[in-house]
Amino acid sequence: MGLLDRRLLFVTGKGGVGKTTVSAALARCAVAGGRRVLLCQADGAGSLAAAFDVPPAGFDPVEIEPGLHLMAMDTEASLREYLKLHLRLPLGGRLGPLATVFDFVAGAAPGVKEILSVGKIAYEVRERHYDLVVVDAPASGHVISQLAAPQGIRELVAVGLIRNETEWMGDLLADPEVTAAVLVATPEEMPVTETLELLGRIRSETEVSVAAIVVNRVLPELFNRREAALFDRLAEPGDWRSELVRHNGDAVHHVLEAAALATRLRRSRAAHLARLRDAAPDVAQVYLPFLFARPHGTRAVQLLADALSAELD
Amino acid sequence: MAPARSRRPVARVVDARLDQLVAASDVVLTCGAGGVGKTSVAAALAATAAAQLDAKVLVLTVDPAKRLATAMGLSGFGNTETVVGREAFAAAGVQPRGELWAAMLDTKASWDELVGRHAPDEATRDAILANPLYRNLTSTFVQSHDYIAMERLHEIHASGRYDLVVVDTPPSSHAIDFLDAPARMAEFFASRLLRWLIAPYRSRLANLASKPFQAVADRLLGASFLADIAEFFLLFQSMYDGFVERAKSVEQTLRDPTTSFLVVTTLEAGPVQEATFFCEELGRRGLRLGALVCNRTLPAGLGDPAARTLADQWQRHPEQAAAVVPTGADDGPPRAGADPQERERLVQVFATMGQSFIDYAMLAAREAELAGRIAPLAERRVVIAQLDHDIAELGHLLELGRSMWPS
Ligand SMILES: Nc1ncnc2c1ncn2[C@@H]1O[C@H](COP(=O)(O)OP(=O)(O)OP(=O)(O)O)[C@@H](O)[C@H]1O
Ligand SMILES: [Mg+2]
Repeated sequence: MGLLDRRLLFVTGKGGVGKTTVSAALARCAVAGGRRVLLCQADGAGSLAAAFDVPPAGFDPVEIEPGLHLMAMDTEASLREYLKLHLRLPLGGRLGPLATVFDFVAGAAPGVKEILSVGKIAYEVRERHYDLVVVDAPASGHVISQLAAPQGIRELVAVGLIRNETEWMGDLLADPEVTAAVLVATPEEMPVTETLELLGRIRSETEVSVAAIVVNRVLPELFNRREAALFDRLAEPGDWRSELVRHNGDAVHHVLEAAALATRLRRSRAAHLARLRDAAPDVAQVYLPFLFARPHGTRAVQLLADALSAELD
Repeated sequence: MAPARSRRPVARVVDARLDQLVAASDVVLTCGAGGVGKTSVAAALAATAAAQLDAKVLVLTVDPAKRLATAMGLSGFGNTETVVGREAFAAAGVQPRGELWAAMLDTKASWDELVGRHAPDEATRDAILANPLYRNLTSTFVQSHDYIAMERLHEIHASGRYDLVVVDTPPSSHAIDFLDAPARMAEFFASRLLRWLIAPYRSRLANLASKPFQAVADRLLGASFLADIAEFFLLFQSMYDGFVERAKSVEQTLRDPTTSFLVVTTLEAGPVQEATFFCEELGRRGLRLGALVCNRTLPAGLGDPAARTLADQWQRHPEQAAAVVPTGADDGPPRAGADPQERERLVQVFATMGQSFIDYAMLAAREAELAGRIAPLAERRVVIAQLDHDIAELGHLLELGRSMWPS
């Protein structure tokens, strides 16, 4: 089944690899395919909004483009909404001391904050308010506690309303037709190593399936084999290089060195790509190009969305 | 992007060295956004200091990867400090004056140790270690990772086992978190909230004002879970005095005049933003910013205006560029002119080189802009070039270290 045919995607990976940009691009792809999409910023920072050049969104989703809705997770707001829906508590705006207590319990008891955040997301999916929910999820380690929150709560909390909720949430997260994680990586040593670790942990510690690894920031291949032979001859000291310098001056060295660096960088990254492929042969891998020009904002999101839809076809 | 700007030569930031800083420091902490090379910079600095100085140097890392261990010629290292063999240096052609040691931060083991140290008695210790919440708690609450890193640093520093300790700080959502960890830990144990939470279970005399909230919390989470939490904190509370005192000394270590911070960044928007925040925050707290390290910078040649003009020509008119290459008559293989396909390929090579230079020059221009922006943040700045290979052996760390040390 296609990546975008699911109803809930958690986009995660090591910090800084492009989770936010890829979440935005995935959402754009789905919207282009005619679907109503909710994009959720899980960690509260406004980076998704920045990717669309719009002001930061709050807990209540805003439609930032036709069919594309944006919200930022806020566990206190999630708790307030939950209490309003289920306890009919006359809270007014004032969650006050309860929020403080909750903050404390949530800070102390693992899984409580996570269940509030996953709970809100799962609720939107269950109620079918959108065709697809894309979550710009927290980085590596943190996402595990989110995805595993329903199990975690079940183990720790014997009774109570929150426990009751974990049943359906757990089922929703565990259904591979509904929910999947998308891991974003870059073709560098540590990001690949961490991606493989994360893959192992999601599989062993959560019930969520992994639909794809998106390898972002893939450098272009400069030369094919025969071209590379010609380039080598140009770059090494010899008649070709000296002829170039005679005609064009010393600037030649800079241009040749830049190409040599680009080639070596690409080569060392190709090795990490291969390692990722070999270690996770059963997970679909999608490559997105390194963007040299303005790699942020709506334009970048669109370029990556185009690349994604070409790859996903 | 305005062409005038992208053609400006790359601004070189001050090429400072870290030997003086190291000479005046007992502790150096590297910090910055994730993925900028903090761990490598910390390890490279420690390795170089051990090579150059008659000193016992420890690098304390949170890097979970085996990579660094391998680079140091170790099969792995854990919570215990391990010495890097002289043969690893010998393989890099270096005879070290000092000793290099390495240790990794094992959060769980360190917490267990800490509980063992502060628990009033064995029964309490065992009760805490056995509590079902404990395992999860040590990995989630009050930035326990950050706290334990600072705690470990303090312990090592106070022991006087090393002349220099280089610490690679844990990746946290906010790079600054670990600085607050000791204070937050103390505050946590002193909090009225904690007392409140524990009180009803302790005295069975619920505070009236808190009753409605207690009731809601009970409905949501179940009274027994809250009781579990309360019991756990009640046990933890017994370690209060020990913890608070300890947190204060840990903070002292960070404030010590012989402690300096190295803020590491790449010249990319996100990391630079974090580095800026970090430098300012250090200043605000009166902590010592030792140097700003710009890691993985592109070569200066990418900012050369003549090279840019040439790259433009090659990209636009690759056939003219290729025409310069000696053809036909030359006797070395391959004969570039003899074969039209070969000539075609050569034209393609020039077009690609031109385009690639233009692409990377754009990155370099952004780097230069960012370098200029962060220049006022620190008096001492160190520039480390982008390596075109991975760090797989001690020699590579020492190679990195050469940018930080006068040769
Ligand atoms: N394909 C790409 N090519 C070049 N630059 C990119 C690409 N994708 C993302 N970037 C840049 O990399 C940086 C990090 O991207 P992004 O914010 O999406 O990462 P993230 O994983 O969400 O980071 P964080 O962990 O901080 O949330 C941004 O400056 C972005 O513009
Ligand atoms: Mg992000």
